[in-house]
Amino acid sequence: MSELVQHIINGLAAGTIYALVALGYTMVYGVLKLINFAHGDVMMVGVYVGYASAKQMGREFSQSFLGISLVFLMAMCACAVLGFLIERFAYRPLREKPKLTSLITAIGMSFFISYSFQVETKIGDVTVLPGAAPKAFPEIIKPTEWLVFGDRDIVIWNWQVVSVVIAVALMAALQYLVFRTRFGMAMRAVSFDHKSAGLMGIPVDRVIALTFMLGSALAAGAGLLYALKDTLVQPLMGVTVGLKAFVAAVIGGIGHVPGAVVGALALGLVEEFVVGYGSSTWRDAVAFAFLIVVLLFKPEGIFGKVTAEKV
Amino acid sequence: MPGFLRGLVPFAIAVPVLLLVQWATSNAPFFVILSLTVGVNVALAVSLNIVNGMTGQFSIGHAGFMAVGAYIAGVVSKATAVFGISFLPELISDQVLYSVSLVVGASVAGLFGFLVGLPSLRLKGDYLAIVTLGFGEIIRVVVQNTEVFGRALGLSGVPQRTTLFSCWFVVVIVVVVARRIRGSSHGRALLAIREDEIAAEAMGVNTTAYKVRAFVVASFFAGLAGGVFAHYQSIVAPSSFGFVKSMEIVVMVVAGGLGSTTGAVIAAVLLTLLPEALRSAFFAFTGSASFAEKAEQIRMPIYGLLLVVIMLVRPQGLFGSRELWDMQPFKRWLGGGK
Repeated sequence: MSELVQHIINGLAAGTIYALVALGYTMVYGVLKLINFAHGDVMMVGVYVGYASAKQMGREFSQSFLGISLVFLMAMCACAVLGFLIERFAYRPLREKPKLTSLITAIGMSFFISYSFQVETKIGDVTVLPGAAPKAFPEIIKPTEWLVFGDRDIVIWNWQVVSVVIAVALMAALQYLVFRTRFGMAMRAVSFDHKSAGLMGIPVDRVIALTFMLGSALAAGAGLLYALKDTLVQPLMGVTVGLKAFVAAVIGGIGHVPGAVVGALALGLVEEFVVGYGSSTWRDAVAFAFLIVVLLFKPEGIFGKVTAEKV
Repeated sequence: MPGFLRGLVPFAIAVPVLLLVQWATSNAPFFVILSLTVGVNVALAVSLNIVNGMTGQFSIGHAGFMAVGAYIAGVVSKATAVFGISFLPELISDQVLYSVSLVVGASVAGLFGFLVGLPSLRLKGDYLAIVTLGFGEIIRVVVQNTEVFGRALGLSGVPQRTTLFSCWFVVVIVVVVARRIRGSSHGRALLAIREDEIAAEAMGVNTTAYKVRAFVVASFFAGLAGGVFAHYQSIVAPSSFGFVKSMEIVVMVVAGGLGSTTGAVIAAVLLTLLPEALRSAFFAFTGSASFAEKAEQIRMPIYGLLLVVIMLVRPQGLFGSRELWDMQPFKRWLGGGK
């Protein structure tokens, strides 16, 4: 019984991280009807920025509250800029072209970012690109047991609490932004019909760019939380985590904000159960099997709307 | 010439030419290995082009089908390696068993194509891409967890039976079939689906059936290419069939032009030879192996960038949907072309 509870706790903690990444997919899909395959890789870049800034600050400072906040801030800002650049130069010129074009571009972008990071490059003494070898992420939050039940039957780690708190806070902020602010209203208008939104005086380009930046910043935050849990960073982590978050977004119904969260939690739990009661080697296949099953029986996702295609 | 004979013309030309090339290059092992790599990639690109180019369905899990073909063919070959067909000389009996294993591998890959295609082709665009990608990953994970396939280490000791002739003969078959599909009513139905699925359906094209058929044909040939690959590598490891391999094939198809068979062939040849040429050039100029390694690493980001740039600058690819002989200079040579 206690084993089951422990698995549920671990699964939910992992799920919240997926949820943050999934929100980025869902937001971008909402406004652009494009699956931003490079989203996971933007997350990876954020993790490396966090890694570099934590190393620069030194062990002492990076473990203080100010240091941790700075690491998160740096990573999120860097990713927002990267997200903007990707949107501006890769996706915007193709917005009116067939969907397949943007899909191929997105896949190419993802490939470009993740594999550039595998080429170790140095200019002078400064490492510009890190290379393929996995690196240990600095312990900016020292893992300690936050709550222990019984004879170590159930252990809740402090990083699990931190991730859940940060993730829930960010999600609440996002929900507020989308449904309670003028910008959120503009976002929803663009999502509904970007041509009419433009005619109504909404700056469509700016709204889309801001949505990209927001999603990318969320991804950076999620990436750092993931790195705290996983402790290893490597250039291809974005592909794995990104794909799983995408799966979560689709399961919840892509374009639907609470749906992405529910999908991510479900995926986190399923993965944890497979690892706990089955074998860890099957973990990566499970997410996709789950996805295929959902797409077969409910292609629009749990909360998605069925839309008829018009000619 | 009667129709059924005209279909044999490409083979009547190809067989003696290939035999001649094989005989002429029997002392150039490097050339042979390079040509095998090129041949497998051409077969993969041309077969993927049937799905991605002609039908407009974006599959990014082609390496998964290649893996199925490679593993099944490899296992069959290994199991039958001890036997020989008594009334045939050893060389021929080997080749017969090799062909059997190739066909078995390809058929199983085709079956997988059917199983994956039937449900997932109801999905469109992005979703289909993800499902095919997921399928590729699942195949890899399943192989890594199966004893018969050698788990993560891979299947070793597959008899080396691929010759230049057999490899390129497969390529010729794939290219001819792709061309003939394109020229048939079947191919026109595929193109109609690519241009507008709803309109195609309204005109009486059974879209699901055509899409699944295209998918099965493509995965059959990917399996065939995988079998050929297994029989010259002799070691089949799961890492050979990752996402990277699928992407390589996609880049070839996109660069060549979605829907152009000659485009896919040319892009596959160029994109296979280019890294090799870069590597040798780096090695020759700098004399150090580390630069050559760099060239191999840089290949992947360049592929990604290439996809983005092609989409921005020339979304139809090198040739678009046209073939080599539709191009101006060739058209003039061939007297106006078709």
